[in-house]
Amino acid sequence: MKSKTNSITLLFSNFTQLIKTITLMTNSDCILEMINVSKTFPGVKALDKVNLSIRKGSIHALMGENGAGKSTLMKILYGLYTPDAGGEIFFDGKPFNPKAPIDAIHTGLAMVPQEISPSANLSVAANFYLGREIKKGILMDQSAMNEKTNDILKELGIPMSVETLMQNVSVAKAQLLAIATAVSYDAKLIIMDEPTTALTESEVHQLYRIVKKVQERGIAIIYISHKLGEVFELSDEVSVIRDGEYIGTKKTTDITKEELINMMVGRDMDEMFQREDVIIGETLLEVRNLSLPGKFHDINFSVRKGEIFGIAGLVGAGRSEVVEALFGYKPAESGEIHLHGKKIEIHKPCDAIKHRIGFVTEDRKLTGLMLNMSVTDNMIMPELLPYEKHHLISEELARDVANSMKDQLRIKTPTVETIIGNLSGGNQQKVLIARWLLLEPEILILDEPTKGIDIGAKAEIYKLIVELARLGKAIIIVSSEMLELLSLSDRIMVMAEGREVGIVDRDNATQEVILEMAAGGDVPSQEEQELESEYQTQGVA
Amino acid sequence: MIKEASANARKTHYTEILNKYGMLLILILLFSALSLKIDGFASFRNIFSILEQVSMFGIIAIGVTFAIVTGGIDLSSGAVVALASVVGASIVTGTEGYGMTIFAFGAAMFVGSICGLINGSITAYGRIPPFIATLGMMTMARGVAQLVSNGRPIDASSDAFTSIGDGSIFGVPGLVVIYVLVAITCHIMMSRMSFGRHVFAIGGNVNTAKICGVNVEITLLKVYILAGALAGLAGAMLTSRAYAGNPTFGNMWELDAIAAAVIGGTSLAGGVGSVPMCIVGALIIGVMNKGLNMLGVDPYWQQIIKGMIIIGAVLLDAQKRKKA
Repeated sequence: MKSKTNSITLLFSNFTQLIKTITLMTNSDCILEMINVSKTFPGVKALDKVNLSIRKGSIHALMGENGAGKSTLMKILYGLYTPDAGGEIFFDGKPFNPKAPIDAIHTGLAMVPQEISPSANLSVAANFYLGREIKKGILMDQSAMNEKTNDILKELGIPMSVETLMQNVSVAKAQLLAIATAVSYDAKLIIMDEPTTALTESEVHQLYRIVKKVQERGIAIIYISHKLGEVFELSDEVSVIRDGEYIGTKKTTDITKEELINMMVGRDMDEMFQREDVIIGETLLEVRNLSLPGKFHDINFSVRKGEIFGIAGLVGAGRSEVVEALFGYKPAESGEIHLHGKKIEIHKPCDAIKHRIGFVTEDRKLTGLMLNMSVTDNMIMPELLPYEKHHLISEELARDVANSMKDQLRIKTPTVETIIGNLSGGNQQKVLIARWLLLEPEILILDEPTKGIDIGAKAEIYKLIVELARLGKAIIIVSSEMLELLSLSDRIMVMAEGREVGIVDRDNATQEVILEMAAGGDVPSQEEQELESEYQTQGVA
Repeated sequence: MIKEASANARKTHYTEILNKYGMLLILILLFSALSLKIDGFASFRNIFSILEQVSMFGIIAIGVTFAIVTGGIDLSSGAVVALASVVGASIVTGTEGYGMTIFAFGAAMFVGSICGLINGSITAYGRIPPFIATLGMMTMARGVAQLVSNGRPIDASSDAFTSIGDGSIFGVPGLVVIYVLVAITCHIMMSRMSFGRHVFAIGGNVNTAKICGVNVEITLLKVYILAGALAGLAGAMLTSRAYAGNPTFGNMWELDAIAAAVIGGTSLAGGVGSVPMCIVGALIIGVMNKGLNMLGVDPYWQQIIKGMIIIGAVLLDAQKRKKA
């Protein structure tokens, strides 16, 4: 009896799906249709019957917290994962089951990954045609490649010499080049995975311009982002997924920020973080005339107990270099560092650790994580002594401490023995913060602490930072996100081209003031200026 | 749904176990198969004979495992065996008593440590890739061994000295006892001491290790000194068993040692490895060598089979990584 009802329901659901399929196949409005797409990993259901339709030529924002399943969804589209049986995907009205990225590209779907990794030793044009070089007989036709690359770049308004080696190209430009490459594949749909993560404000606006230009060519774009501002600025439609489930799609003009946030987190939340005031104590750290030739020059500031001290500036202004020097990772050549009024010497990170300075670095993969080691091992590394009994590390003790940190910071991981590479970005970041909290630091340096982290986790990290300030710790934050600095910092030091432009109080700090100070030293290089004016005159002609 | 999830969880559990103990399983299967095929393969006598052979390159393999876990390599260990062997033999030749024996073992390990110190310094402070540094040492140590011995074997027939290689404690050969002691000590160092944790950290991400205050240079120095000292110890053991020091000893042992580490799942990319699994790797090679010999397989074919097993182990490791 039971099995009969089951089979009837099954038949019925199959039938409705068939109807849906037929209607969709005739729906020529959409470039991409995903119906009931699921993906199960051992023990985890990463995607649960997701439906997504992308209109031709539209910019479609895809939002969701870290671990919501955005990346999995995109990897399915790009042929990197095979979805579970039962779902269907149509591209331009035809069934679409890519087995590898090359299938996706040939069908007309290209991807601009979050972290692009061009071949640094090759030129812009060589990177552009990597793997599909234009040939004349058995030899490469270098001039044809240069010419065609130049054409596309000009068309999209990206001024740049195509013979520049990739290693001399900024992150922002490389990002734009990746988009141009996708366009050159004759893609009908381009997926952009958080393209602004590594960009500063002014670079972001350049990116917007390019994205709009791409859209004008009739190409649809799936724009994955954490940033609400971007979504409202750019997109026509926005879809939200949460915990692997499809929540809904809305026209961007029909939805408010609050509604969108509610869709994402499933709970109400203030957009801008409102911090509480903390009593600020005596001066803890004083930096005098710190210099490292070629990187930064004559930096002076002090940080007091309980104070949150922000460092602002464009990418390349020397912000990270200053904190790296402070921590002894890449020490300064001259200048003094005073702690508790006494001069201290910091030549190596272990000197800084001895003085209870913690440092969450900017690049998780490069200088933060030990990817193939466990959460526990990643947490306890800076100081193993507290876990030792008779010179041997007590696994039990380490695990207990790691577990308590896991609960305290609400780190989502099956166990603390899990290899950290399997965690989502936000949770990896929490582990790295936990690492330095275990040191019980007096000073905590955070370089881009919420880079690539979802709104929910961000707010948690902000709360944590204020809580640490309340406990009398001095906090130094380097960030490219203006709102983050403005809402958290008591004072903000602005840097430009390795120099300290000034320090602004919380009461006087506005987005405009800081941007103006940061842009003070921002002059494009001679070559770029010439190219830019050349393009403009050509455009007029 | 719940059933499905738990089935999946069980499946992951099985794969995890298989990943962790797969090589142990292969060792057991290999041993069982050979025991069925060959009379007396599973006898104590034969097992101890295998263990004795394994003990020497197995000790080297432990040192090499440390180097590989940091993301490095040690190619000099075979040559260090030769150098330690002629040094040990020169000291002990024509002497009596355990005093000189201990001195000879100590000297062999000291010579090995010096080679390791040079390897480590060049790697850590000269920032030369360990592959090149230890390749140079491999040639040099062999040359010094030839020089010291004038290219001839040196007699080491001191009763006390040779009793280490010949003798046994409660029926367990002396060399095997040394192997077990070294293995236990190194296992504790690697898995439970901060030194071992730093070794993993360097292999996992050297930048992070630096940020976390690990003294990368000193740690690397210690690793190569340890690897050198263990190769020196293996040299002394071989000399005591062969009653002579010989500048041709230990030829290609470094490759057996690396093979043992890799078969045991040590990742050449660094950050992954363990002493117990390194022992399993060494035992697989030992059991296979002995088995193929007893089966009368052509030695040329033996080489071919060994090579295939090494490549197979690395392929398996790569597969594992892809899944994770």
